Amino acid sequence: MSRFEPILLRNLGVPNATDLTVYRSRGGYQAFEKTLRMTPDEVVQEVRAADLRGRGGAGFPAGVKWGFLPKDRTITYLCVNADESEPPTFSNRVLIETDPHQLLEGILIAGFATRATAAYIYMRNEFAEQFHILQHALDQAYAAGLFGHHIQGSGWSMECYIHRGAGAYICGEETGLIESIEGKRGWPRIKPPFPAVAGLFGKPTVVNNVETLCCLPHIMQRGASWFTGIGPKGSSGPKLFCISGPVNRPGCYEATMDITVRDLIYHRDFGQGMQNEKFVKGVYPGGLSMGVLTGEELDMRMDFDDPQRYGLLGLGTAAAVVIDEDTDVRQVLLNVARFFAKESCGQCTQCREGTGWMYKIAQRIADGAGRLQDLDILSEVTQSMGMMPGLSICGLSDGAAYAIRTLVEKFRREFEQHIRNQKPGNVERALNVVN
Amino acid sequence: MYGRYILEWVTPGLEYNLKVVWNAIDRISPPLEATASPVLSQAVREKIRSFISRYETQRAALLPALHVVQNALGHISPQAMKEIAGLLEIAPSKVLDLIGFYTHLSDQPKGRKTIVVCRSISCRLMGGQTILETIKQELGIDEHQTTPDGRYTLMTEECLAACEHGPCMLIDERMHKLVQPEDVRRILNDPNNDKPQVPVSGLYMVTD
Ligand SMILES: Cc1cc2nc3c(=O)[nH]c(=O)nc-3n(C[C@H](O)[C@H](O)[C@H](O)COP(=O)(O)O)c2cc1C
Ligand code: SF4
Ligand code: FES
Repeated sequence: MSRFEPILLRNLGVPNATDLTVYRSRGGYQAFEKTLRMTPDEVVQEVRAADLRGRGGAGFPAGVKWGFLPKDRTITYLCVNADESEPPTFSNRVLIETDPHQLLEGILIAGFATRATAAYIYMRNEFAEQFHILQHALDQAYAAGLFGHHIQGSGWSMECYIHRGAGAYICGEETGLIESIEGKRGWPRIKPPFPAVAGLFGKPTVVNNVETLCCLPHIMQRGASWFTGIGPKGSSGPKLFCISGPVNRPGCYEATMDITVRDLIYHRDFGQGMQNEKFVKGVYPGGLSMGVLTGEELDMRMDFDDPQRYGLLGLGTAAAVVIDEDTDVRQVLLNVARFFAKESCGQCTQCREGTGWMYKIAQRIADGAGRLQDLDILSEVTQSMGMMPGLSICGLSDGAAYAIRTLVEKFRREFEQHIRNQKPGNVERALNVVN
Repeated sequence: MYGRYILEWVTPGLEYNLKVVWNAIDRISPPLEATASPVLSQAVREKIRSFISRYETQRAALLPALHVVQNALGHISPQAMKEIAGLLEIAPSKVLDLIGFYTHLSDQPKGRKTIVVCRSISCRLMGGQTILETIKQELGIDEHQTTPDGRYTLMTEECLAACEHGPCMLIDERMHKLVQPEDVRRILNDPNNDKPQVPVSGLYMVTD
């Protein structure tokens, strides 16, 4: 693990860093000025060369995504995904509240590269202070002629608006986000067509995560080869990692993607170990949707490829929550199952019903009325939902499946122990009520 | 219960659809007063109109409009829904649909402040349940309820994206971090417990 100067968080702790003048005095908006002297295609080329993989969860290279836009388009929209609602993720929030102009500069660069006509920042409604901070920064940027008509005399115009959500996790899914901006329920769309072809208002659209966009000013300023030189191959560039739960120093930290989960929990630059020296029972290392690791699997590297080798869906949001030895896995199961059951949008039968069944079963297990076969039923339900078997419209059901299947399978012995130690008669009573 | 509102909204071309809803849901309640006086002030209307130019369709201004109305009136009444629909030239059922989908929008009056306690994993591991129970006891209400004096409505929600500060809760626009049971009373009695700690943008607010 190499230590390095913070890049995305370089303005953290700088007084008044949210102010345009302060941001400028620290080199801000120079990358954008440089970008304006290039052609959009050159910018796309540079970002593609940097192999900037999306930070929103899927890890898709941004430059490649931009390349899918049809050549003959006249209108293009850029949607900024600031809906961050995957428990336990908060890195986008930190980026917005510490350095809103960095995001705005990233939006300008992405907007220029894609020749966008308008950018919509979709922000979850719970980001209240963050909304005010970003709106103020945006007002300042408009006043300085950075957005709007004929930006900096370039002949290119782009408006930028913040669009506040209203409390729905599913609006973080890119097509759910688009539907939500259009004034509809945040119901994900069947793909194809992909947003790059027919997105917001049916026009070519790019959706990018806040952190992805925040990397752009640095790539444009220092070049693609500088960016690929940071961290391991295939997972290059700076990355924000979140850690929460019972660790000594929960927070959001910047590092290269060669750190391990163990580093994130124990290293003095990050979590600084467990509270009261407790043992780690398990970790959800990349948001709930990616699945869980046991305490023996802490050597997993937090990059885009290693998680799959531990049976996880991917790196996800790189936000870890640590479960200590005292926590009952049944309570974890209940909390996780509830999340997905409540947040499923209900369009696909197997996601709506599957998450609902799993929640009910989890509730029974947590109430001390589980049966051993319930564990098999849980595994089986997770096998029958999701995009992987090709059944669902969006990735929420895969997330639900991974979050629950990995927990039930990796901690099966503990679940069985709890079930065996239940008071006799609980199951019969519970099932009578249920049926 | 929405049947009576929906009958009011029958407009040419939409009749069939809406009558089905009426038949399916409500045959008993009397129709909403047809002469209900407008509830959206001129300023609110202006504010809503200012959002329209941002989007390709008028309908896209609906979510901002609902935020503006809820900020101004506390909730979105059937009469308000009707007026918003008129402003944006869409069917009122589309307004109702959105209010039903998004948890932050309410067609029922709520308390003057809304407490939202995080119930997701990190906060739960750090004692979020105890905080919720303490608040329930302190206010004498359960989740989804409003105190009799109309001061607070209590809600829970999934991850508020402040997990490093868990257990946390939101009171309107202010995030309360690392809340301990012994802090609850002090927080609830603080008159400024809902004010953001940063300069506020007036984008979604109407100043009469
Ligand atoms: C259920 C679900 C929820 C999602 N939530 C978010 C989110 O809150 N923020 C985000 O950036 N991406 C989220 N995504 C991923 C987006 O669909 C999309 O991949 C991402 O915004 C693309 O940006 P990127 O390429 O810059 O990573 C979610 C995906 C799914 C399936
Ligand atoms: S998979 Fe689930 S959340 Fe996604 S569209 Fe289908 S029902 Fe909705
Ligand atoms: S789990 Fe409570 S804020 Fe994320």
